[in-house]
Amino acid sequence: MSTPKNTYHIALVGNPNSGKSTLFNSLTGLTQKTGNYAGVTVEKHEGKFDHNGITFSITDLPGTYSLFPKSIDEEVACKTILSNASDKLDMIVIVADATNIKRHLLLATQLIDLKIPCVLALNMIDEAEKQNITIYKNELENLLGIAVVFVNSRKKVGLEELKNEILKAKVSDSIFYNFEKQAKAFPALKSYKELIDLQFTCDADESKLIKQFEKEDNISRFYKLNYIIAKCVKKPDQLNKSISQKIDTFFTHKFFGFLFFFLILFIVFQFVFFVADLPMTWIEESFASFMNYAANALPVGELNDLLVNGVLAGISGIVVFVPQIALLFFFITVLEDTGYMARASFILDKVMQKFGLNGKSVIPMISSVACAIPSIMSTRTISNWKTRIITILVTPLISCSARLPVYTLIIGIMFKDEHTIYGFSYKGIVLMGMYLLGFAAAFLAAIILKFVLKTNEKNYFIMELPVYRMPQWQTVGMLVFKKVKLFLFNAGKIILAISIVLWFLTSHAPSNVFAQLEEKAIVLNTPSDELNAQKLEHSYAGIFGKKIEPFIAPIGFDWKIGISLITSFAAREVFVGTMATIYSSGDSDNTETLREKLASEKNVVTQAPVYTTAVCWSLLVFYAFAMQCMSTLATTYSETKHWKWPFIQLVFMSVLAYGSSFIVFNVLK
Amino acid sequence: MITIDQLKIGQTAVVKEFKDDFLSLKFIEMGCLPGEIIKLVNVAPLGDPIAIEVSGYVLSLRKQEASTVIVTLLNEVVLNKTN
Repeated sequence: MSTPKNTYHIALVGNPNSGKSTLFNSLTGLTQKTGNYAGVTVEKHEGKFDHNGITFSITDLPGTYSLFPKSIDEEVACKTILSNASDKLDMIVIVADATNIKRHLLLATQLIDLKIPCVLALNMIDEAEKQNITIYKNELENLLGIAVVFVNSRKKVGLEELKNEILKAKVSDSIFYNFEKQAKAFPALKSYKELIDLQFTCDADESKLIKQFEKEDNISRFYKLNYIIAKCVKKPDQLNKSISQKIDTFFTHKFFGFLFFFLILFIVFQFVFFVADLPMTWIEESFASFMNYAANALPVGELNDLLVNGVLAGISGIVVFVPQIALLFFFITVLEDTGYMARASFILDKVMQKFGLNGKSVIPMISSVACAIPSIMSTRTISNWKTRIITILVTPLISCSARLPVYTLIIGIMFKDEHTIYGFSYKGIVLMGMYLLGFAAAFLAAIILKFVLKTNEKNYFIMELPVYRMPQWQTVGMLVFKKVKLFLFNAGKIILAISIVLWFLTSHAPSNVFAQLEEKAIVLNTPSDELNAQKLEHSYAGIFGKKIEPFIAPIGFDWKIGISLITSFAAREVFVGTMATIYSSGDSDNTETLREKLASEKNVVTQAPVYTTAVCWSLLVFYAFAMQCMSTLATTYSETKHWKWPFIQLVFMSVLAYGSSFIVFNVLK
Repeated sequence: MITIDQLKIGQTAVVKEFKDDFLSLKFIEMGCLPGEIIKLVNVAPLGDPIAIEVSGYVLSLRKQEASTVIVTLLNEVVLNKTN
């Protein structure tokens, strides 16, 4: 630190499971910001703290095992260090687990060789003490050439000392790479940093040479580390069989392991599906009464309608997801934090691998029975890019709770409560069948995507099984908070925009059609719900609905369903409300009347019933598969940072829905 | 020649060499390098993946990946020395 500046930039770098995030939380508290690295699905965490009148801006980089990245997360970490090394990065805080010091120091030696000022934070020092591991700090500082600070980020021990050392951080004199070997293999390169740089721009021949160098270099680093460890670390000869391994015999047990996993699933499901329902209903009701109030308080007119039925309705539709997102993230973070998620992956990998998924895909997929949005957001824990994308793409095929009102309405047209087989209601059986259909489609799509998607990222499953730890509640709370914020501001924007467009389409018509309808209604004394039906029919949405009739006729849908298809793009359950408006059956909560109206609906020309078994099944299948949810598409975009993925999702699900409905309708017709 | 996937639970072995170039780089940075002692500590209920103890921590890996790491059983190493 030669010239004094106002702000210094620090990067927090370390292996996964080094307690990096906890340290980051302890250092920065509520100053954190979460964003995305450009073009990738990797989260960027930034925050700051003041010390001795100087502001330190700190970036928590994704965990990496070395400077030779083997996954997208690792690549982001390495590239961020390298691209900022010359100007935007003043120093690195290396975070290492004191209980597993040798492996964690490999990355430390590589970072030291970059010749950037570094400080080593030896985290979890309390656990090292518990295991009777003694670390001689001064010797370690001498051999590494940088300051070493003992830290317990969970109890916030050593943070002040760490901040002091960050102020004094310097470039180490030690060199760990074999510069003679490097000079021989790459004569043009003047430093280790240039070698690390080269791996991102090199051709195939150079890449081979670099890999050869990486291998030999890392092996020689471990030999040097063996010496350092022998000098600086005293460990008990015989490590007592760790508690973690004992716990593992239960969690990975043939019977109890799966039993426990399904118990966890059951609890998560209960919370996301049922417990979340209470605050969701409360949010919806609060918004409804507020909208009512606003509609009456504001002057009547176009602006009033836009604010209430466009903007407020849109915001309500966004905020309503918060309870599910918060609850699901609470569970997923706790499962990650305790180390259980790695075990869930371990016991389920063999099954999930066949579908191009892995054990970490299970909880997102099951949760999407409640809602695909928190599920898609939770796929961030899947470190393999391809697996993550497959999980994101297929998750919306699983029947979510928004499909339930649609299923219930249509199944209600086909079957009466009296219809039973061996005492089981047909309605229940069909409903269950719809859920199974969703799962089957998701897994089938996953298999297809497994072969279709190409990636340079190697698919391997060499993963640390971290020791079990108690969850860090502050970290959990912070993450849940950040996730909710991320959803509200990223996906929320898009959802709001589409809601306003949909509002416009349903509440506006070309020229003054609405005025004419209203005049006619006064003359004929038309009831208001019938007027609303007429208005919707003549609105832009109505016109579109009629325009698409030729395209949806082959799957048995008329223009009335067409309009509902357009409006229910906001959310699937809107289908029921729109149908209620079209059939002017008044209150959309009263589906009884709507169902009867639909069941007795006759074709104007042929007088044949419209909602035949074929049409009903076609509708059911269509709603099971179609991507009728703008919020999901918005979330897919905000998670992948690429419009390509929501587009692919929309296309493949629409094709699947249309194709399946076409087959179903024509077979049953 | 024996590879990690052929070990039984509780057996210890010494890593000798690798059959796969890419995976060898991954194994090395995870601290699983030639000369290191490993121990098979767990097998997933469905037979795959498996978990080994290496360098003081537990690493899980698929059998297919384990089959690229050639090892020598530890008791054999001891026997060779005494002979």
